[in-house]
Amino acid sequence: MSSHAAATQVKPHWGGGGVSPMGASYGKLFMWFFLVSDAFTFSGLLASYGFMRHKYTDIWPNPGHVFHHFPFYEGSIPLAYVGLMTFILIMSSVTMVLAVEAGHRNKKKEVEKWMLLTILGGLMFVGSQAWEWYNFIVGTPEGAVRNILVDGVWKDTVVHGANLKYNEYGLPVFGDFFFFITGFHGFHVFSGVVINFIIYLNVVKGTYEKRGHYEMVEKVGLYWHFVDLVWVFVFTFFYLL
Amino acid sequence: MSDIAQSVNLGDVHDHHAHDHAHEEPNFWSKYIFTTDHKMISKQFLVTAIFMGVVGMMLSVFFRLQLAWPGQGFSVLEFFLGKKWAPDGVLDANMYMSLVTIHGTIMVFFVLTGGLSGTFSNLLIPLQIGARDMASGFLNMLSYWFFAVSSLIMFSSLFIESGAASVGWTIYPPLSALPEAMPGAGLGMSLWLLSMVLFVVGSLLGSINYIVTILNLRTKGMSMTRLPLTIWAFLTTAIVGLLSFPVLFAGVLLLIMDRSFGTSFYLSDIFISGQAMEQTGGSPILFQHLFWFLGHPEVYIIILPVFGITSEVLSTMSRKPIFGYRAMIGSLLSIGFLSFLVWGHHMFVTGMNPFLGSVFVFTTLIIAIPSAVKSFNYLTTLWGGNITFSPAMLFAVGLISTFVTGGVTGIILADSALDINVHDTYFVVAHFHIVMGASAILGMFCGIYHWFPRMFGRMMNNKLGYAHFWLTFIAVYGVFFPMHFIGLGGVPRRYYSNEAFPLFDNLQHINITVSVFAIIGALAQGLFLFNFFYSMYRGKKSPQNPWNSNTLEWDAPVEHLHGNWPGELPTVHRWPYDYSKPGKDQDFVPQTVPLSPGETEH
Repeated sequence: MSSHAAATQVKPHWGGGGVSPMGASYGKLFMWFFLVSDAFTFSGLLASYGFMRHKYTDIWPNPGHVFHHFPFYEGSIPLAYVGLMTFILIMSSVTMVLAVEAGHRNKKKEVEKWMLLTILGGLMFVGSQAWEWYNFIVGTPEGAVRNILVDGVWKDTVVHGANLKYNEYGLPVFGDFFFFITGFHGFHVFSGVVINFIIYLNVVKGTYEKRGHYEMVEKVGLYWHFVDLVWVFVFTFFYLL
Repeated sequence: MSDIAQSVNLGDVHDHHAHDHAHEEPNFWSKYIFTTDHKMISKQFLVTAIFMGVVGMMLSVFFRLQLAWPGQGFSVLEFFLGKKWAPDGVLDANMYMSLVTIHGTIMVFFVLTGGLSGTFSNLLIPLQIGARDMASGFLNMLSYWFFAVSSLIMFSSLFIESGAASVGWTIYPPLSALPEAMPGAGLGMSLWLLSMVLFVVGSLLGSINYIVTILNLRTKGMSMTRLPLTIWAFLTTAIVGLLSFPVLFAGVLLLIMDRSFGTSFYLSDIFISGQAMEQTGGSPILFQHLFWFLGHPEVYIIILPVFGITSEVLSTMSRKPIFGYRAMIGSLLSIGFLSFLVWGHHMFVTGMNPFLGSVFVFTTLIIAIPSAVKSFNYLTTLWGGNITFSPAMLFAVGLISTFVTGGVTGIILADSALDINVHDTYFVVAHFHIVMGASAILGMFCGIYHWFPRMFGRMMNNKLGYAHFWLTFIAVYGVFFPMHFIGLGGVPRRYYSNEAFPLFDNLQHINITVSVFAIIGALAQGLFLFNFFYSMYRGKKSPQNPWNSNTLEWDAPVEHLHGNWPGELPTVHRWPYDYSKPGKDQDFVPQTVPLSPGETEH
């Protein structure tokens, strides 16, 4: 008797007889409910962002003016790079689907390949986010004048870029929310990459081949898709609205 | 036997334990400390909650002394709080704020959320649905240990030099976001936040486990509509917790950023000692939204489990089926759903648009409907019943009383036009203590007295139980009934002393009455503590089914057996409330008894 009943097995064995209403193993349900609760965490954060965005409708920085860098290109293309990194993340979701699908066919080599590509996609996304932060933190050479506290004295000072206390492009809370929410999401992506890597190692070791099914790949897949989906909302809130 | 082996082998944790049983006797550590057995984890939760409850109660007695006899010295205060916080026995003003804050936090989160759900969900879910254990014993253990560590941090914060968090249990910024603002906003506040983050993680692990176990591990024949109402209540509670705690988590993370990393989510234009702070642009109202989006569902997280517990006890001890089983489920679910739509009624005076306020008035008043359904169903269950007043039953009836009394003032507070007059007065304090604090504590005692035999295989002493009930019940009303009048008189809550306001002088004798009852109530808990720990070792041995109850937990052997049932899991044939069914020899028919020929299900 395997410890994780595969989807194809009949459920009534669970705990001696009951029927699982969703026909899913407890591990998968755990993941689903965790994702529901995590979705509420992000909803709380994005609703807070919306609260502030609404409060300062007139003076909110225009993301197109802030995020217009592209690697190896001197000019300005608003939101192009974030579009690219969003595309990369969504593609990594596609490769994850292919890994799960290969798992259903018990093709170890294929699962390995698609998992590896998913991990690569995740790493590229985290790297891109670091680059996006870098540009936001460095800012423009001209900068802007802000009245900030320097060594205990309030002074009109030229500031470049943004940090948690001031923001060249406008309100400090814009920067605060940007750093916190994309950072919180980036932390999720990073954890996802680590988890995917552990699962990848298990695939390579043949743990799931011995077990006879690749349900673990499916479970981390759920998490990975969730993280992608959250990014779509984060992207919409910060860059498009 | 192969059947057991098969069932026990389901899931990693079960594997592990089957192994334990086959090869080695569990030692002290694996049996009492790092256990994955739900019955032991439930006891861990209960004992931790009792400890935290005693602490929280003592704190309340300390500040009640100050409120009744302001400025007077008490050697007991100096003994417990030391020379720094009670010089000559006079309570220090900062310590007063800490006591109020930590009393609220401990009671709301550690006793009535972690302790209550942790104890009874863990004990009853697997036993009443006929499962070997929780879906994941390991996560269950983690859930307790997160709770234990967060309890420890919260408790130890009382002993630090700058004093425990003192900004109120609702930790509103800006006070909570500025460590410089007051002594209790410094290290004490940081420990509070750390403790609560761990608490939320533990609570989420627990909730996920409860939901999955209830959905996935019910035994053969245990359909959702044959579940005891306890299980429905725990399920709703877990869902509400799963959806509301993450939002507090988000709010607390932002608060930590504001405190420690200089962001301005909640802060704007703050001056401390004439010096302008750096933060600009944030909004403290944002925190209130995030906090009360958890905060209101939180009161239902507290009260729903005891609704389940009392439903079960009232039906068993009245020897009657619970009245309106499906209406009870419906009202649980609708209370759970509505709890997410009412948070604004805590914020009527934040300058919210009166139209929006009226929407929150409307949603809040709607909750009165399912609550009334429950109250009436309790009364109709009692009506004409063959009632046995065991201590548990007395506590259950006491709960109905306090819930109705507190519910009536809830109607007043839900109405924004009325609420503005009594906002932040003792009227509010009296209302929520009686409707949610006292009701939930009475319900928790009800559960402890009722399921003590199941937990420890022994009975608690009835006489002490009766004395405990009556003293507690009288003290509850003695404390909180007069408190309404102080509130209507306009006395604001959380003030260290009202001596500066001569208009309140005439109300001082009411404060003395309240404090005297508070002390009586606190002393009465000694009876409970003695009864609990004494009966654990010396109580009368309990029979298999002491209350002649139908539910599955009384079918399982009393011995602590991992996997709950030695042989096959029981099969369920009927709902749990077949009490005094016509045509039966005895006045109860356990769920495991098949329907006799011609018998119809309820």
